[in-house]
Amino acid sequence: MAGIVGYGVHIPIYRIKVEDIAKVWSEDAESIKKGLNIREKSVPGKDEDAATIAVEAARRAIRHAGIDATELGALYAGSESHPYAVKPTATVVSAGIEAGNKLMVADLEFACKAGTAGMQMIMGLIDSGMIRYGMAIGTDTSQGRPGDALEYTASAGGAAFILGKDKNGIIANVVKTVSFTSDTPDFWRREGASFPSHGGRFTGEPGYFRHITGATKLLFEETGMKPSDFDYAVFHQPNGKFPKMVAAQLGFTEKQIERGLMTPIIGNTYSGSSLIGLAATLDVAKPGQKILVTSFGSGAGSDSFAIEVTDNIDSKRKNLEKVMDIVERHKTYIDYSAYLKNRGSIRKT
Amino acid sequence: MERSSSSLWRKIRARYNLVGNVCENCSTAYFPPRIVCRKCGRKSKMEEKRFNGDGEIFSFTKIRVPPDTFKDEAPYFIGIIKLKEGPMVEGHIIDNGVEPEIGGKVRAQFRKMYVEGDEGLIYYHYKFEPL
Ligand SMILES: [Zn+2]
Repeated sequence: MAGIVGYGVHIPIYRIKVEDIAKVWSEDAESIKKGLNIREKSVPGKDEDAATIAVEAARRAIRHAGIDATELGALYAGSESHPYAVKPTATVVSAGIEAGNKLMVADLEFACKAGTAGMQMIMGLIDSGMIRYGMAIGTDTSQGRPGDALEYTASAGGAAFILGKDKNGIIANVVKTVSFTSDTPDFWRREGASFPSHGGRFTGEPGYFRHITGATKLLFEETGMKPSDFDYAVFHQPNGKFPKMVAAQLGFTEKQIERGLMTPIIGNTYSGSSLIGLAATLDVAKPGQKILVTSFGSGAGSDSFAIEVTDNIDSKRKNLEKVMDIVERHKTYIDYSAYLKNRGSIRKT
Repeated sequence: MERSSSSLWRKIRARYNLVGNVCENCSTAYFPPRIVCRKCGRKSKMEEKRFNGDGEIFSFTKIRVPPDTFKDEAPYFIGIIKLKEGPMVEGHIIDNGVEPEIGGKVRAQFRKMYVEGDEGLIYYHYKFEPL
């Protein structure tokens, strides 16, 4: 089966603290920080969008994989904040990495799981022999309606994963992947609307929890694996609390999920979320270790992967930029007014 | 900026990835690309080259009163960057909290340069980030 040959992440340098958002709405920062398990979130620069984030992540992935971008046979960009309604983000990315013209390219959208959906599609193309390498990207600059609970978590970031079949290049094999899908109206955004709507706090159970446990249990059934077989687990992270709760429900320990739990310090990067968590986990994983990843996209569905790290992972790290280094690089705190300006809510007339 | 999308399209490789060229005869690198080498004239052998984006600041200036296109950006820095491979390139300098200084190391990043109103094109471009 296809495996991961390289990955790259990009997170904008700007951060806003929960305190600075809570102050504007006269809310209690401490109870929000505790309730959502989040301290701060990333904010895109004025000149960043889902395409620029994807390009930076993709360039890092190409360097890590050690392949030429023209060797990619397919490139899928998953996002819920594609800069154009019509004009694929993935075309900008393929030009941004000089991938040439001979490749299959498309944009995907499935709330927060479009990146992992892209990985499954790339795997199919590789295993069928149609392509040698392919890239799947999850990238977003998500926005919460001002004053909405989502404003504390909706952030910006992305990850690009290159998959291939080349035994000497694979750093982690995908042992198995399954999905669990239903028509669930937990979160949506209509064409032309600036902000998403959601069903409120009661949608967690039929949305996030049902689909993540559904996909993960299906993976257990089909592989015969159990939580204790995994060294690490990564679940989609709409906040810092849900992944801890779903991990406990499924029988995983806090120790298994803590390495991949990035939302407390960068927020919910939507399509980037579970992939950035996987990248942070691969940054420290040792040969032979096993990683479970289950994404979630509202609407709703989950993709679950059983991944096993190979001996190549150490030697390939020489060209790797690690997630925690990217998180800390030039990190700059901004206040709420600068935050509004970065998001384009305040403009000079 | 551009009046037509065809002019954008021709410049995409240069703008996204600093694709210029180098004269194989005398090793002089050019950005933007030149049809003929300035030094070699008829003997020039031009080969396409993608510059890797590393360079240093040769000079810079802070723009306080910008053209209309960048009115939401001001104040911002633009600079002349000396690429590692030789060519001098003009470009925007990203504000990442590191004050630009002459000789300061920079690296090209992929950013949004300009957006044509609410319905037009989005122009992507390299910008230089101080390291
Ligand atoms: Zn010459």
